[in-house]
Parts: sequence; C-alpha cells; structure tokens
Amino acid sequence: MNDCVTLAHGAGGKQTAELIDKVFRAQFANELFTADDAAVLPVPQGKMAMTTDGFIVSPQFFPGGNIGKLSICGTVNDLSCMGARPLYMTCAFVIEEGYPVSDLRKITEAMAKTAREAGVRLVAGDTKVAGKGQVDGLFITTTGVGEILPGVATSGALAKPGDKILVTGDIGRHGCTILLARDDFGIEAEVTSDCAPLWHPVEAALKAVPDIHVIRDATRGGVGTVLYEIAAESGVGIRLNAADIPVAPEVRGVCGMLGLEPLYLACEGRLVMVVPGDRAERVLEALNAFPDTEGARVIGEVTSELPGRVVMTTEIGSETLLPEPGNELLPRIC
Amino acid sequence: MSGASGSAGNAVSRAADYLKHYDGPEVRIMEVCGTHTHEIFRLGIRRMLSEKIRLISGPGCPVCVTPAGFIDEAVYLADKNCVICTFGDLVRVPGNHGSLQRAREKGAQIRVVYSPQDAERYAEEHPDQEVVFLSVGFETTTPSECIAVRDAKRKGLKNFSLLTANKTMPSAYRAMSDAADVYLYPGHVHAMIGTKLCEALTEEGISGVCAGFTGKELVTALAAAVTSFEKGEPFFLNAYPRVVRQEGSPAAIRLVDEIMEPCDAFWRGLGVIPESGMRLREAYADYDARKKYDIPVMKGNGNPACRCGDVLRGSIEPHMCPMFGRGCTPEHPVGACMVSSEGACSAWYQYGDTGMIR
Repeated sequence: MNDCVTLAHGAGGKQTAELIDKVFRAQFANELFTADDAAVLPVPQGKMAMTTDGFIVSPQFFPGGNIGKLSICGTVNDLSCMGARPLYMTCAFVIEEGYPVSDLRKITEAMAKTAREAGVRLVAGDTKVAGKGQVDGLFITTTGVGEILPGVATSGALAKPGDKILVTGDIGRHGCTILLARDDFGIEAEVTSDCAPLWHPVEAALKAVPDIHVIRDATRGGVGTVLYEIAAESGVGIRLNAADIPVAPEVRGVCGMLGLEPLYLACEGRLVMVVPGDRAERVLEALNAFPDTEGARVIGEVTSELPGRVVMTTEIGSETLLPEPGNELLPRIC
Repeated sequence: MSGASGSAGNAVSRAADYLKHYDGPEVRIMEVCGTHTHEIFRLGIRRMLSEKIRLISGPGCPVCVTPAGFIDEAVYLADKNCVICTFGDLVRVPGNHGSLQRAREKGAQIRVVYSPQDAERYAEEHPDQEVVFLSVGFETTTPSECIAVRDAKRKGLKNFSLLTANKTMPSAYRAMSDAADVYLYPGHVHAMIGTKLCEALTEEGISGVCAGFTGKELVTALAAAVTSFEKGEPFFLNAYPRVVRQEGSPAAIRLVDEIMEPCDAFWRGLGVIPESGMRLREAYADYDARKKYDIPVMKGNGNPACRCGDVLRGSIEPHMCPMFGRGCTPEHPVGACMVSSEGACSAWYQYGDTGMIR
C-alpha cells in the first residue's frame, strides 16, 4: 500500500477497496459494518434521535485528540444532549490527495477507540479523494442515530425560573488548544483539549434525574453562546456567578494575553445542563463519578428577570451583562 | 465580596461603600484606556457608583479611534497582494470601502497576529511575500512596533514594513479636558512614559489618577479620584505604584525616540489633534509602508452624520446620534463607539433596554 492517499484511492477500483480494507475496515469492523450500499439495522423501541456534523479542524492533530476523535465525540455528544443512547454512526471522508496514510491510520484508530468508549457502532462509510489544494488535509462528516431513554425530553426551550445551570467541567480548553496549536501567536502553554464522548455521564445523570430540562453541547461559540440560545428559546433570564465558572489557570492566562473571553471559547467535551433547582445536587453527584465530568459544577440559575439576557454577578460583587456572542473570535489589542 | 480579605479587602469594601453613597458635587470621570473601559464594563463597576459619579468612556481604544482612511490604506495594500498582519480586533473596523474582514472574504491575505514580532518573523520566513504590519496603539504598543522595525533593519529584511497610525495620549488629555473633571489615567501608558506629564497637567487645571486594571485597583482609584475632587484643587495621584514610576521606562522612551517622531494625527470621531501621532523617522523610511508603496492620500473623514466625537466627550448619549441604530449597528458599525463591544454606542445598542447601563 502507498504511503500517501492518491486520486486512485478515490476512483472506486482495486485501490479504493485496499484503502477501505486496510485503513477503515481494519479499525471499524463489527457485525453491522456493511460492505453493501447501506447498513441494515434493527429498529429500536420508542423515539430515535438523529444528527450530523462536519469536522474541518486545523491542525488535525492537537494535544488531547485529533480530528477523528473529535468527529465521534461531536456526534455522540449531540445525541447525548437529546437523552439518546448513541447506537449507530456513519462517517464520510474527503481526503486531500497526498495525505499520509500513517496519519489516516491514527485518525481511524482514534475514531474506533472513541466509538468503543461511547458504545456506538460505525456501520457505514464513504471515502472521496480531492485534488491537491481542494481540501485542507482531510474533512470528516459523521451522522449518528440514537435511542432516546424512556421518559426523557430535553430541549433548549424548557428552561424554567428556579432551575440551576451546570457545566460539566472547566471551560474553553478545546478552543484555547486549537488557537495555540495553530501557532499564530507564539505563545506556549500546557493546554489540552477537553474533547471526550459524554454519553455515559449523561446516562447516569438522566437515570438520577430523568427530567433534566436542557442539555447542550458547548462547542462552537462556547458556553456563553449556548446560554444566550437557551435564554432566547425558553424566554427566560440567566444569572451567572463569575466566581463559580471553572476555568483552568493556563486557559485564563492565555485568554488574558489575547483578550479573549473563556465563555466564548469552544469546548468539545463540556455540556451545559439546566436542571430543576432541587435536583441539581443529585445530577452533580452522578456526573462527578466520571473522570470526564468530575469537574461539573453549578454556575448560575434561571430567572424571570430580563428574558433573553445573561447577567453575571462579578468577582467584586456587582452585576454586568455578559456581552452577546459576536460573529468571529478576535483577540483584542487592549 | 469574593476574594477581598484582610485589611486590603476592608479598604476595598470601604472604597466601594464610599462610591455607592457619595453625595458631594457631581463629578465626571473619564477613562482613556480601552482596557479600563473593558474591565469597568466586565466588572459592572458603573452600577456600584452613586448617581453623582458619572463615568465617561473616552477615546482610549486605539482600534476605535483609528480612522476609516487608515483601513482604506490597508485594504489598498491588501489589493496589491501585500500580506496584512494585524491585531485581531482591527479586522472588523469599517473603512470607507469595507473592512479587512470583507477584503479577506474576497481573497486578501489578512493574518491575525499577537505582536509585531510575529509579523516580522512571518516576513523573515516568507521572503517572497510583502508583509505589512498595521501599527496601531498608544505608548504601550509603540515600543514593540519600534523593536520590530529595528530588528528588521538589523536583519536586512526588505519585505517588512509598518502602516502607522500610532497615537500618543498627552495631546488627547489636553484636547478633551473640557469633557471631564478627572481623568482615570491608563496605568500601562504611564508605566512607559512616566507621570511627570500628569504632574505638569495639574498646573493647567487638569486632574487625574493613574489606575491599575483589577477590580480592587479600579475601585480604589475611583474612590481616590472622588475624594480628591471633593477638595476642589487640581490633583494627580498614582494609584498604581506597583507598576508606574515617575520616570517611566527610560529604555522604551529612548527606543521610540530613536525610531519614531511625533506628527499630527486624525482620530475617528475627534478629528485632527496636533502632535498626537507617531510616524517612522526618515532613517527608517524603507520600513514605512506609505512611502514604500507610494499609497495615494486617503482621507479618514468617515461619515459626517456620525456624532462619535460628542459621544466620546459625553455631551450626548448614543441614542441622540442620527446614525444610531439607523445604518450604524454592531454588525455594521460606522463610528468608533459602535466598533468594540464595550464602546458606548455598542453597549447602549445591545443593553439600553435593560436599565443596566448608565
């Protein structure tokens, strides 16, 4: 087999079969992984959730993960947010001509490992090879279906005054890691991505408290953007306590230097949950038993004041409005 | 109050209490530093003040006061295939013919960097590209821009230059002095240039307090400003002594003086303030993008209906400007005060209905 992916690998012939066999099937093999045109699957009971997501992160390898791990976590976590046990996933690759096969192997290995951790099976895939320069290395799109736990109904529109707001760990790590990995800023700091599949902790939280109102994945736009979405969709106000928001010192340091707000940095393994106030402790207990969510904590509450807005109690005891999410993360000069 | 402990904490609590219940003569305090504006907003400090204390956000954000014509010059260079390296928040600032963001969408090479050194290093690594750094900023950033030019000259780089819009504070203090009773002087600027100027300004009746940037430092500096104002005499106080010294940083002052010289400068919203800008000296003309690329003169006038100048001086509130919300919005800012999220107009536009800004 060649060292690099060539256009012939995407042509559908013998070389395509070789690539699928040696790189994809070698990792993804399970009894449902299909060689036919579509996977044939047993139908689950009750309601299903389905989602799809494209991944184009640059660089493709970063501290704490790679694009392959990310492509599983993103879809697993989107399903988890709906209270759906991830069952099946498909993945489509667009690979740039000349991409090293060894890197592709690392990516598929990470995908298979992460899928196993999350208990989801990869059942079908697609590979296309694009000419040099037409894509930046490799893009992955994953689609997933899951089975919603009985009695669970989460939605961004269900937050109610009196609910508590939780995050499942310290925020902004992934966004910060990628900013540093791009090496545009000449800053070095020991930051690793929070990228992780979160079905198991979510399942435990939902078993402890089935009527969790909202679960959202704080990916692009970060926790701040998610909170503004929830405030708008539910027609409620949100009050945060700045001192309670968990941010790793190294992330805070980088944000301070670049003039960025951690609440707007992407996470890939952090969820925002809105939970009935009297059951928040039970949810925390369930989450804290898992390594990926042991840092979960309450950061604020839902109110009936100023619907659609996020108010923050600041570290000197005053109040301010969290600035609304902007269109592009830009470091401030001053 | 979290984090406030021991006697220092008590002092801060006392200062906060004093600011909340102050009932003396009305006092207008102008902060002239973008980071102060940002922190005052982020910490909710306005809501901690008595109605007798009014904070005015002055022209201290270098990005906000950068004129439209400067952006046009940068876009002109980008169109000529120069790689434009810039601080991030300049990317959204509108010129007369669109922003750098728009230029990038159309294919221009706009690179966000963290320092001029990053731009200079990029130029060194890419000798086949013409690299221009957008040199904006006050006394705090100007030295690092001078270092980049000095190093580029030492290395003999031929593909690196600055498009300068550097500004200096002292002339702005004088130009804006009728708009405020007390200045909250920017701590980092005075860490560079020292405080002799502030002492001299008291002779002209201009008062101020040099302030740090944490919540405690800001609250303490504001309380000191109001207490001194009540006494009725012009004053200067250094409330940031752990960083600011009377003599400033002699090395930085020498460096800037070697490489740059004062010039008149146009401030978005305020117009031309004499001797308030910095440009490269003739000895460094090879690193001056205006000379190197022979950029045609571009007027930085901006939209004549924009009343940013009056907003910056605190003489009108944002909604009284005819452009406010009608053609000038955070998505499509026209004036300086709408550009950054903490600008007076932008904050008013986003939060004016909440009763949480004054």
